[in-house]
Amino acid sequence: MIALGLEGSANKLGVGLILHPPKGGPAQILANIRHTFISPPGEGFLPKDTAKHHRAWVVRLVKQAMKEANVSVDDVNCICYTKGPGMGAPLQSVAVAARMLSLLWGKELVGVNHCVGHIEMGREITGAQNPVVLYVSGGNTQVIAYASQRYRIFGEALDIAVGNCLDRFARTLNISNDPAPGYNIEQMAKKGKNLLDLPYAVKGMDCSFSGILATVDSLAAKLEQDTTGCRDETTGEIITHEDLCFSLQETVFAMLVEITERAMAHVGSSQVLIVGGVGCNERLQEMMGMMASARGGSVFATDERFCIDNGIMIAHAGLLAYRTGFTTSLEESTCTQRFRTDEVLVKWRD
Amino acid sequence: MSASVFSPPHLPPPFVNTVPPPTLISQGAEALLYRTHFLQSTHPCALKYRPSKPYRHPTLDARLTKHRILSEARTMVRMRKEGLKVPGVLGVDCEPAHGDNARKGGGGWMMMEWVEGQTAKDLLVAVKETRKSCGREEVLREQVRNLMHRIGTILCKMHEIGVIHGDLTTSNLMIRHGAQQPHGITDGHAEGHGRANNTSGIETEPILREALVNGEVVLIDFGLATSSIQDEDKAVDLYVLERAFGSTHPEAEDEFNEVLKAYGESSRGARVVLKRLEDVRLRGRKKSMIG
Ligand SMILES: Nc1ncnc2c1ncn2[C@@H]1O[C@H](COP(=O)(O)OP(=O)(O)OP(=O)(O)O)[C@@H](O)[C@H]1O
Ligand SMILES: [Mg+2]
Repeated sequence: MIALGLEGSANKLGVGLILHPPKGGPAQILANIRHTFISPPGEGFLPKDTAKHHRAWVVRLVKQAMKEANVSVDDVNCICYTKGPGMGAPLQSVAVAARMLSLLWGKELVGVNHCVGHIEMGREITGAQNPVVLYVSGGNTQVIAYASQRYRIFGEALDIAVGNCLDRFARTLNISNDPAPGYNIEQMAKKGKNLLDLPYAVKGMDCSFSGILATVDSLAAKLEQDTTGCRDETTGEIITHEDLCFSLQETVFAMLVEITERAMAHVGSSQVLIVGGVGCNERLQEMMGMMASARGGSVFATDERFCIDNGIMIAHAGLLAYRTGFTTSLEESTCTQRFRTDEVLVKWRD
Repeated sequence: MSASVFSPPHLPPPFVNTVPPPTLISQGAEALLYRTHFLQSTHPCALKYRPSKPYRHPTLDARLTKHRILSEARTMVRMRKEGLKVPGVLGVDCEPAHGDNARKGGGGWMMMEWVEGQTAKDLLVAVKETRKSCGREEVLREQVRNLMHRIGTILCKMHEIGVIHGDLTTSNLMIRHGAQQPHGITDGHAEGHGRANNTSGIETEPILREALVNGEVVLIDFGLATSSIQDEDKAVDLYVLERAFGSTHPEAEDEFNEVLKAYGESSRGARVVLKRLEDVRLRGRKKSMIG
């Protein structure tokens, strides 16, 4: 069976085509393409502009994906789209495209939870069976484990998402949003070496980032004002923007690894899967790897093609649901900004 | 992506010379918990060792380890002074960077009184197993509610003295055996993991009943504790427990309400905290989630 997947919950528009072989076996990726709306440095992406971007590109991307995959309309079994969570206007523009294709081609629609899309794609690509999942992106920070047909949220950020914290700090420093603010912070952090004291805010399996962001923002402001340079208290070296990026990453990633480890201890699992855009960060993957190996376990992560929002994960999770008989009628084919991971009945797992 | 075999880190001195060597009971997130003895071999105690965490920056690691050992010990001493049930603290070493410890890879430890019993988590898991087979679901549910009630009352007392636990889960609530408890049967530690759920539902029922109805609730794991009298902090503390409970024991979510009910009835300020909890929940659900 073949599914088309459309994703557009944030500034990435993704279109993917996936094939599940009739006799089982690994899924085949027929096409997975993406076009990103990039805002100027110092600015975030606004819903209105992002929606416009998605509307302008969606037809082109679908055509290109069909061509790359070398499939015809007849081969496609269903059309999967992101129902939520995400930004309202971009979600809607993609939902409209999905409905249009469904009517035009006479195919069933499948509304997909974005977070479940990430998890299922991560499991499929890495082969992780029943891992604790750390889902970290611009809008989400969740520690998830599967139990009786639901992905249950054990821990999450109580205020802003970790990716949002990184993105906003990139804006403070006027770092480019191309290819992604988090990526550019990672590159700068590699050159930092002085660890500055930032708040560390973990509450059980939950955590919060707004206090850290406020502190690192004010440190940045202090560097800006002080032309003679601020010096590190212990090393006496001049503090750089690179040090700020380094300190921010070291602190927030330590928190993420800690809450993940706490969830692993709590559910008794030694596998961990990292999904979502922040999951591309090599330092986070490295830290998680050290934690997992100290527990006698292992870490699974994917690269940018699957970590960053994409259409193939929507196609994959949608097709899993479709095969259990799930479809979304035209009347129900709405989208929603808030759609919790644990709301989805995961019928395709035992 | 290669899996490695788990080998616990070496214990710091003086425990390298303990005879018999401490037995590893559990590997939590931050700590390894051992059963050993204090002064006399007949006096069991728990050793909580926090090894240094190689994944985090050494400066951050040393800061966190020290901070947590100290706040855990201080909070426990304070709780005990106020008459709340926690294991008694027997000793601590929180200076990982000093002396022999540094050579052993850092970390620090706390020694405390041994609690003979099991975690609320293990107990609830045993209840779930038994529920299926015993045919007396409602009775068991009522007994679970009884336990939840006691937990709610204790949490309220803890908050009243200004302690925020910071990591409330059912793993961090222990149920101590009553005096009349047949020894070793529901003890998850002593007999490996041979517990109540090995036997049939009918046989285990009286044992479960004893723990659920008469077991003494002992709070543990105060490494993330802070002190605060803010309603917001108390509400978040309860929210953390509510979520951990819901994801770990989805079958007993109804019974959990008894925790909040008892909490609300236990002090005058508690109602305001519960009101605040509603806000915290809403915030959790309403916060924007962009992919
Ligand atoms: N005093 C004690 N007596 C008996 N058993 C104990 C005692 N303290 C802890 N335990 C057991 O050990 C487990 C782990 O202890 P604890 O919760 O203190 O550590 P942890 O979860 O690893 O710590 P942290 O969350 O700070 O990383 C408990 O869930 C409980 O089963
Ligand atoms: Mg614990």
